[in-house]
Amino acid sequence: MKPAVLTGEHFMTGDVACAEGALAAGCRFFAGYPITPATEIAEHMSHRLPDVGGTYIQMEDEIAAMAAVLGASCAGVKSMTATSGPGFSLMMENIGLGVCTETPCVVVNVQRAGPSTGLPTLGAQGDMMQARWGSHGHYEIIALAPASPQDIFYQTITAFNLSEKYRVPVLIMSDEVVGHLSERVVIPEPTAIRTFSRRRPKGRKDRFKPFCPGPDGVAPMADAGDGYRVHVTGLTHDERGYPVMTADCHAEMIARITGKIRRNLADIIRTESYRLDDADVAIVSYGVSSRSSMAAVDEARQEGIKVGLLRLITVWPFAEEAVAHLSRTVRALFTVEINLGQVHLEVERCAKGRVPCHLVGHAGGTVIAPERIVQAIKDHL
Amino acid sequence: MGIAAEALKDFKGFNPKKLPEVEPLSPGHRACQGCGEILALRQVLKALGENVIVASATGCMEIVTSPFPQTAWRVPWIHVAFENAAAVISGVESAYKAMNRKGKIQQPDVVFLAYGGDGGTADIGLQALSGALERGHNFIYVCLDNEAYMNTGIQRSSSTPYGAMTTTSPPGKKSIGQRTWKKNVAYIAAAHGIPYVATASPAFALDLMNKVKKAAAVPGPAYLHIYSPCPTGWRHETDLAIEVARLAVQTKVFPLYEVIDGKWILSRKIAKPKPVSEYFKVQRRFRHLTEKDIEEIQRRVDEEYEELLRRCAMSGEPQKPEGKETEEG
Repeated sequence: MKPAVLTGEHFMTGDVACAEGALAAGCRFFAGYPITPATEIAEHMSHRLPDVGGTYIQMEDEIAAMAAVLGASCAGVKSMTATSGPGFSLMMENIGLGVCTETPCVVVNVQRAGPSTGLPTLGAQGDMMQARWGSHGHYEIIALAPASPQDIFYQTITAFNLSEKYRVPVLIMSDEVVGHLSERVVIPEPTAIRTFSRRRPKGRKDRFKPFCPGPDGVAPMADAGDGYRVHVTGLTHDERGYPVMTADCHAEMIARITGKIRRNLADIIRTESYRLDDADVAIVSYGVSSRSSMAAVDEARQEGIKVGLLRLITVWPFAEEAVAHLSRTVRALFTVEINLGQVHLEVERCAKGRVPCHLVGHAGGTVIAPERIVQAIKDHL
Repeated sequence: MGIAAEALKDFKGFNPKKLPEVEPLSPGHRACQGCGEILALRQVLKALGENVIVASATGCMEIVTSPFPQTAWRVPWIHVAFENAAAVISGVESAYKAMNRKGKIQQPDVVFLAYGGDGGTADIGLQALSGALERGHNFIYVCLDNEAYMNTGIQRSSSTPYGAMTTTSPPGKKSIGQRTWKKNVAYIAAAHGIPYVATASPAFALDLMNKVKKAAAVPGPAYLHIYSPCPTGWRHETDLAIEVARLAVQTKVFPLYEVIDGKWILSRKIAKPKPVSEYFKVQRRFRHLTEKDIEEIQRRVDEEYEELLRRCAMSGEPQKPEGKETEEG
């Protein structure tokens, strides 16, 4: 029987590394539905979970898969699902339920080109805005963007930790290229992996208020069935969890579910800088496009243009301060992403017109070549 | 007399010597070698002819017949999302009805066909199918059942038989493979009280085509559940699709029957059934099963067949004797 953490050096795809990261983070429940290019995550979990005492179930569609994940998480188990574009769309209603009921879970979207069935076997980054506000209503959510198999291994652990800490669904916005790319993945010793589990309540079980936040803005969460009085609903609810149909209560609830994210941005937002210190021009990118961008930085510098890269590891909430700061230090900003301008809108918003902002992107189906980025920089300077 | 029986009272089946020559689904598609599903779909379209509009769920048959810039379709065909073939054909049918009523077109005889695999029918598409059957649209729904998600690479569905190996029901120390028994969508369709339900198999081509013709002839919804061997996913030799399909019928694993106006009629009585082990041994998806497992499955297959016979007996319709399989198979 294999252990949960496969310490050692491996050669694996991003999808498999994602599944292994989940197991290392303590995920013991996966509800899946086959969809290219995310199927391998479900397949791998169906092999591995029985070995570590976990549960894999295949559901009848993505709506049910997302619902099962919320149910399992309410029962106290770290839970996840993985899908791609069309399935991500179907999950949206229940992702909103997870936000409203503050249920920790991880949703992996191995992006392919859309809309609709689109290009099932080819990558894109076109679901970034859907990740932000794809479910109805005003809310905050956390979305991460992995760039490689090694990266997705760690980011999946981070995703579980953030979701447990802030009681919010965390989205891993992978893509077909990262998902199907085979690379070296080093899995550390279990003791070297920091995992975080949701705070459980203490005190009188009959007086428990399931949505009464602590100092960090997050309420402790009782497992269903362990005796604490809980009421869970997607209706607007008060701190006891009971529905209250007033504007005041709604304002309070939305303030809670957005506030716990907005007040902890420094803890949630992760970025990486590459050769930015003396840069005249900055690229903002994420996921697989940040790898093209990194190559473009080196190529441009060989030609004497001082380019740097801000890589967004956390895409939502957006790294507003980091981008705003960049816009004060460089002459131009370039957003590199495989869509026709989604995160680019955020970059423009944060630059507030201080510097010109340009997009290097296309509709999807292939990665962005570094030469194209370099050419775009030359064209605009 | 029910509406289906009324519509079928002068029904004439196909003459095996004069089968239609039309191929609305043309050769030159990209199905795997030995695919039983594309063969079944071809037989369906041959039986329907060219006055048909087709809605296709996402799945193997969509992928292999329509890679741009080519198409294997010689009739109007629309690919929809995975879950909504029955809903989209509902819209198409309703639009034609309205346009005919308003005199904008004079095409009262168009046949509306929706098809999906077992995933698109028994799992994600079940809601749309149930809605369309309940609303009573005049259409045919064909489920091409290859017992797993083959398009994404052999994941289990609710139509995967007990014990079968798929990539998400891997057999091993902790699991026999698929742990649940196959969902019976034909029974579910029949429970909607629609005029016509039937099961069919490409190994019995004439029976299949006649059932399609009947489905087109009855007013209102008709549901056909067609057994579709998949050499790639079932791990059997590519020249055995028809043999496997025939064995499924002969072992009572997949009995052929019709439900006309709620009356159950066995299409062929299996007087001397073969053991299920004969069906299993040609497919590597079952090779991990122990004798005890197979005994249990045999018991269940026998029980389900008895239950079907009881339904047919209660319907009191005259049952056909066992057909000569060679002439059709």
